[in-house]
Amino acid sequence: MATSRKHPVSRRGFMAGTTALAAGTLGFPAIGGAQAATVKVGLIHPVTGFVAYNGQQGRLGATMAIEDVNKAGGIKAMGGARLEALLGDSQSKVEVGVSEVEKMNGAGVAAYIGCFQSPVGIAASQAASKYGTPFLIDVGASDQLVTRGLKNTFRLMPGFGVSVEQGISSLGALNNAANGVAKSAVIVHESGEFGTGTAKLLASKLPSIGISVKEVIGHDNPTRNFDNIALRIRSMAPDLVMMSNYQNEYMLLARTLHQQKVNLAGFFSILGGGFNYKFVKEMPDVAQYMMDVNHWFNPKSAKAQALKKRVEAGGALFTFEVYLAYSTVMLLAQSLEHAGSADKEKLTAAIAGSTFNAELMPYRETRFVNGQNQGARPAVLQALKGDIQVIGPEDVASAKAVFPRPKFT
Amino acid sequence: MFDPAIILAGVLNGLLAGGVYVLVAVGLTLIYGVLHIINFAHGSLLMLAMYAVFFLWRLLGVDPYVALPVVIAGAFVFGYLLYRGVIGRLSHGRDENILLITLGLSIVIDNLALLFFGGDTQTIDVSYGPDLQLGVAFLPVPKVVSFAASLLICAALGLYMARSDTGKAIRAVARERQGARLAGIDVPNIFAISYGIGIACLGAAACLLMPTYYVTPVSGHAFVLVAFTIVVLGGMGSFLGAAVGGLLIGVVESLGGLFLGEQLGQIGISAIFILILLLKPTGLFGGAR
Repeated sequence: MATSRKHPVSRRGFMAGTTALAAGTLGFPAIGGAQAATVKVGLIHPVTGFVAYNGQQGRLGATMAIEDVNKAGGIKAMGGARLEALLGDSQSKVEVGVSEVEKMNGAGVAAYIGCFQSPVGIAASQAASKYGTPFLIDVGASDQLVTRGLKNTFRLMPGFGVSVEQGISSLGALNNAANGVAKSAVIVHESGEFGTGTAKLLASKLPSIGISVKEVIGHDNPTRNFDNIALRIRSMAPDLVMMSNYQNEYMLLARTLHQQKVNLAGFFSILGGGFNYKFVKEMPDVAQYMMDVNHWFNPKSAKAQALKKRVEAGGALFTFEVYLAYSTVMLLAQSLEHAGSADKEKLTAAIAGSTFNAELMPYRETRFVNGQNQGARPAVLQALKGDIQVIGPEDVASAKAVFPRPKFT
Repeated sequence: MFDPAIILAGVLNGLLAGGVYVLVAVGLTLIYGVLHIINFAHGSLLMLAMYAVFFLWRLLGVDPYVALPVVIAGAFVFGYLLYRGVIGRLSHGRDENILLITLGLSIVIDNLALLFFGGDTQTIDVSYGPDLQLGVAFLPVPKVVSFAASLLICAALGLYMARSDTGKAIRAVARERQGARLAGIDVPNIFAISYGIGIACLGAAACLLMPTYYVTPVSGHAFVLVAFTIVVLGGMGSFLGAAVGGLLIGVVESLGGLFLGEQLGQIGISAIFILILLLKPTGLFGGAR
């Protein structure tokens, strides 16, 4: 049945906005009076290619933050220096991401922010390390990003290691409360670094909470049809299906499992690429009771709610890419304040020692160890009645979990 | 080893998936058969048609199946004008130019779609009642409809090509371009009509796909590689080959996925592609039009 919905963000508006912002900051310095210095920030996101939407959302959050920093007077410790956005498109390709790093280095960039896809982030931050330029990962799940000993690479968000740990402990608690109804699981993952790494971790940790893994099924991006995976799952009759994949495949797999009436105690995903407002509102029946461990804003944060309103007023969805990129720019801005300079060594030291308050998310105090923020923690979410509720951690929870889910009749 | 009922369900799923592959491949094979070129813009034009279906539903509330005649007609006109206004004009009569033009068109269309429609995934949430249950197989109604409609449209197109004057003219141009011209057939017009019919097939495929799939600016390409394989398997330019090849590839993909997993399952398609090139390069029905 057709339903009326609010039209999403106008892409022309988005493109025009970000292009105008870039032109405004790059091409037309303020006229009259002494001009404050500028700090060039390289934003590398996949705004074209198969994860273009996620990249555009990341760019939206980062450019909004730059706009806010400049409106608030720029970097005061640097005489009101303005942030300049250098917009790069990785085209969802590793080699293009690296070439953007090189181009921006030539333009005198002070720090990079990106790249959404882990393989692109790994290669791009490696390239930036040659120049000693700080590289802040706004979104990138692989723990390889921060375990290579690179001094220039920082990640504010949690990686899949922490997310899997949080997921396993929450699932264990939920299952115990439900008298151990779930005893087996099938893991379905995309075949890239993100999905494969998450699936391996899950497969190794699920037995620790009394859940055996019946099979680990990988799939390519894109996958046209999940009917066979649904059939295999039905033939194995697991209690849980655990998913780790990008938006399109996540949505298609969830819809197929629903259509094929696969009876489960629960669907549980770790960093489920498609678990967002759009999915839950457009397919409420499919999404109902699905659970995900993911990046999420703190529903009790007034600043997060205010930013959500602004983003939605512009016609966009308040997805995790937006507030993670926004917060990462704010971390950079605060580090520039502390460093009092865009000198790469001083800036790197300032980020490494930062105690930035990432209040938009349910994080604890920021503390970087080997580039990873130890205060980062994901939220446990559940789709309930066409909305997304936070069911953990308890201090920020907005609803109680429903587990096991009711069976198909 | 799987239960025979699961294998039967896998075969049924494969046939249903193959139904839509058939339509995409028929458009491709028709364009190849007449123009002797591979249409590199095929995936991009499929994506455009899918967006047309999506916006008809989103903005006007038109059901994808109700939209079928409108989208088919619109796609035909778009394809016809695209050939007349761009491809035919810029190719200067050279087939190799057409390859480059369709490749260029593909890049332009993909990026225009990204600019105007955004990179977000768009879906149509339409309910057509409960799934049909056949043993352990749950067959979603839209997939059954798309299978039946695909085969009907292919049969109707085959009949049109065999019986109508335009169909006969298309076949004449496909076989002997110069001879057809000497017989008084307006060859450039037939080229444009053939291209239009090929794109109209994509319009039909888009209407049948959207109730169960999604559209993004790159989603059309997911079907093109498999359509190329079907065209080679069935025989380039062969309608019957595209129909049989489409269903066969659907079943091979499905059973491959069931027994070997989704990633290794695709090996079956590649193996067929290589085997057919080695053993019968003209394809199963090569030459039959």
